[in-house]
Amino acid sequence: MKPFDYIRAEDTGHATSAAGQGATIIAGGTNLLDLMKLEVLQPDALIDINRLDLKQITEADGGLRIGALVTNSDLAADMRVRTDYPVLSEALLAGASGQLRNKATTAGNLLQRTRCYYFYDTAMPCNKREPGTGCQAMEGATRLHAILGGSDQCIATHPSDMAVAMRALAAVVEIEAANGETRHVPLSDFYLLPGDTPHIENVLRKGDLITAVILPAAPKGAQTYRKVRDRASYAFAMVSVAARIEMDGDTVKDAALAFGGIAPQPWRDADAENALIGKPATKETFNAVADILLKNADPKKDNAFKVPLARRTLIATLNELCGKDVA
Amino acid sequence: MNAHLKMDKPDNRNRLDNMAQGLIHTGMDRPEGPLKVTGTATYAHEDHQPGMLHGVLVRATIARGTLDSIDAAAIEKLPGIRKVMHGDKFLRNPAQGTANEAPVQGSSEIYYLGQPVALVVAETFEQARHGAQSLELQVTAKSAVTSPDSDDAKVETPDDQQSSMGDLDAAMKDAAYTVEETYTTPGHTSAPMEPHAAIAWWEDDKLILRSTSQMVKYNVNEVADSVGISADDVHLMSPYVGGGFGSKLGISPDAVAAALAARELGAPVSVAMSRQQVFESTMRRSETVQHFRLAADKDGKLTGIGHRARVSQLPDESFSEPVTQATPFLYRGENREIGMEIVRINSTCAGSVRAPGEAVGITALEIAMDELAVKTGIDPVELRKRNIPEKDPSDGRDFSSHTLAAALDDGAETFGWKDRTSGQTDGEWLIGYGMSSAVRVNMIGESHARVTLNPDGTVLIETDMTDIGTGTYAILTQIAGEMLGVSQDRIETRLGDSNLPKSAGSGGSWGASSAGSSVFLACEKLRQEIAKKLGCDEADLTLRDGTATAANKQTPLSDLVGGSPMESTGVIEPGKTMKEVRQATFGAFFCEVGVNRVTGETRLRRMHGSFAAGRILNAKTARSQCLGGMTFGIGMALTEELIHDARDGHIVNRDLGEYHIPVNADVPQLTVNFLEERDPYANPMQSKGIGELGICGAAACILNAIHDATGVRVRDLPATMDKVLPGLPDL
Repeated sequence: MKPFDYIRAEDTGHATSAAGQGATIIAGGTNLLDLMKLEVLQPDALIDINRLDLKQITEADGGLRIGALVTNSDLAADMRVRTDYPVLSEALLAGASGQLRNKATTAGNLLQRTRCYYFYDTAMPCNKREPGTGCQAMEGATRLHAILGGSDQCIATHPSDMAVAMRALAAVVEIEAANGETRHVPLSDFYLLPGDTPHIENVLRKGDLITAVILPAAPKGAQTYRKVRDRASYAFAMVSVAARIEMDGDTVKDAALAFGGIAPQPWRDADAENALIGKPATKETFNAVADILLKNADPKKDNAFKVPLARRTLIATLNELCGKDVA
Repeated sequence: MNAHLKMDKPDNRNRLDNMAQGLIHTGMDRPEGPLKVTGTATYAHEDHQPGMLHGVLVRATIARGTLDSIDAAAIEKLPGIRKVMHGDKFLRNPAQGTANEAPVQGSSEIYYLGQPVALVVAETFEQARHGAQSLELQVTAKSAVTSPDSDDAKVETPDDQQSSMGDLDAAMKDAAYTVEETYTTPGHTSAPMEPHAAIAWWEDDKLILRSTSQMVKYNVNEVADSVGISADDVHLMSPYVGGGFGSKLGISPDAVAAALAARELGAPVSVAMSRQQVFESTMRRSETVQHFRLAADKDGKLTGIGHRARVSQLPDESFSEPVTQATPFLYRGENREIGMEIVRINSTCAGSVRAPGEAVGITALEIAMDELAVKTGIDPVELRKRNIPEKDPSDGRDFSSHTLAAALDDGAETFGWKDRTSGQTDGEWLIGYGMSSAVRVNMIGESHARVTLNPDGTVLIETDMTDIGTGTYAILTQIAGEMLGVSQDRIETRLGDSNLPKSAGSGGSWGASSAGSSVFLACEKLRQEIAKKLGCDEADLTLRDGTATAANKQTPLSDLVGGSPMESTGVIEPGKTMKEVRQATFGAFFCEVGVNRVTGETRLRRMHGSFAAGRILNAKTARSQCLGGMTFGIGMALTEELIHDARDGHIVNRDLGEYHIPVNADVPQLTVNFLEERDPYANPMQSKGIGELGICGAAACILNAIHDATGVRVRDLPATMDKVLPGLPDL
């Protein structure tokens, strides 16, 4: 860990100002501190926002405004979330461990870094950690890695469960900039694909502070989060599906599908959803949705199983939400 | 006043059964338990010394080459840095178990990625860690063999690890049923909760070392030889150890680095490994490739067994995973070919990890046996019972005792094996049942202990034996308490100090029987002395709750001892019984799994083990050992795998986030039965090792259940979803 300065933010303006001058914002620290100990990240200064008043979950415009510092535990347990956005509660509880969820925050969860083995090992080249050095994962161990959305520079996945559910719920990120202005960015526009710049993971600019995540009014229909992983707890998703389905008889009236564990960001495919909406809830429809979702899949040897796994998990999830016989 | 026993003949006296205290075998709580749960038991890295400096090891970042120079000057300018060190005495490899001399040393030749090549010492741990992370190494790479599958890997077939009997090829040709398959297991790491760490300081020319050691007697010599001093000048203390699982049998690079730095800087120095360093710079279990051939007649009786295993190891290391260790004697079959191949590669040192040999060897054999059961249509329990040999088939020796059939029957009964129905489902989950045999070789090592009966009737037990979380403090207390008729609260046990009598140490499941026997013998001698004072025959002496009873007369122990303590040293030594008979522990595993028909995820639903290991000294700690072993089995079956990058041999998943040991949610209800047994050939307590039996074959039970549930035969461990998925029906 490189020596660093520590500043405690008095208010959001103080935080954005310090961040604008290069300080790294720390909230729960459940990922940042690990990365600093390994010197994967070497900030000169930390601005600690834990004492800011960003810990409320309030009702807003028919939906919910979740403060940036609401912990994963508190968010998962919130009765409004459990009732109206169960996919989010389920996703949160599928992630990490009780101890981590008590500390991890909403904004921090959105910004957690990939678990690519090579990103974590400073002896290895990594375009995400040190742009231009190369990608060691490409011909290496890739069980954790993306089958969609990667580039020849980086195939790392985004590890969050929470963000996958939020993507399905069309959440919006509220950001305060160093100049005091607030802007709202839909989660669909928040993350960036790696392309030639895998070190740039989202649209945040220097000095930006996430102050809240806003959920639109509770959507209709049934929701679920299904996470497939190598052990029953404390493991990142091989594939996860956050799904919301509104049925009209045997026809799918509306749907939202987001995926984790298979792409550099919480993945959503409008073409796949369009192949579902307005269609009868049949095996043929579900397979057609999976075909579209996976048509550009570009797996490596270690993660090739994610292609059939994503298909099967999607179909099982759709069966469940459409009231089909799961077994 | 010494008692010395060389185990040359069986001891059928079952003396512990005829004592009066009633302490042995009970599930007595660990006497040191309160210290551990209140955080007041000082582990190696917690014994901070005044003025202590902190050292952090630096890793090589290439697989093979030379370290030409290091930019020490740049690092020594950083705040708090006191010294950057490297050199010929620093350890390249950790020491193998019972090495008793320095392991391979020297930081100038690099043999694996992750090899410690330098030490940065600073005033604080954080400064040292930053210095270590910032140190620039100038290296020259040489060509390396970084994968056991590499074409240029050298394969050795040591003569003493090959054996054959009869004609296996002919047996395979003539057999009614055969199984010929290859099974592979990945590398494993020990993953003790306490990472390897040491604190060293010097008092004049004497080295004081707080370390985390399994085998103090050997570790002292390994440190002395590495540093270049006499073993008499090393005082090593390891009273509490947070798990070892083989990785602390021999000394690791931290201990020698701390000693050298403390001498150089004239101050106490601590060196603690990070979790990543524990993965890279202590022992790994080699991956194995195991080719099995089983030949059986129409009744399922084996006529032949072939087992050829390939493992990997660094050059210069004599240890190889003894994969085939128990294959020669578990089942019958007169035609045999059993052999080992060792591939030399540039990758972290291979060594003892959790039941070396049987953990992986018996697992593969027990999957092969399940395949034979399926082919023959014989119930897997019955198939095994038909193949239990009368004598060790490899050399005709008698078994000291043989409890496999009893364990199979007891396990099947407890689990309800006969009542299982195949083809059950629970929602998306396909239910399956599996079983496997357990076996582990049994042995003891020379061990010394001193027992003192004080004038106030309290007892002191002293030996350099370690408690690595296994329950040594408890069982030694119980043995002395039982023999001397003293309650546990009046007994103190001191362990893990090289100034104390030398024990076998903890490893190979031999610690309890070895150290325990030395305490037993010392106590037996004290009983004789007490009997002498009372003028009675020792056999007629009853000792209970601090009172001696002989010829209807009761005398408090404290009256008998007199003014000065009575002291006795007990020494147990292995003898002819270890060679003349085959000694082993046996057991059987049964389990129920659910395999998700959508995803291929496997979740264990319940698991049972029935075990026989001679006299059980403490019912609670022995059970805990078996629960731990079975939990290792769960990991081995389903999740644990060291992923090596074939391009440089390094361990890719070198933390507990990505190396998946089972967590609570992966471990369902586990049950354990012990079979009543006394093995007179083992030692004067008739006990056998229980530390590793619970892992030996456990994974096979789960793999066999997956087959029962899905029809998918996974032969490449662990059975992660990607290996099950292709065999599942379409949705």
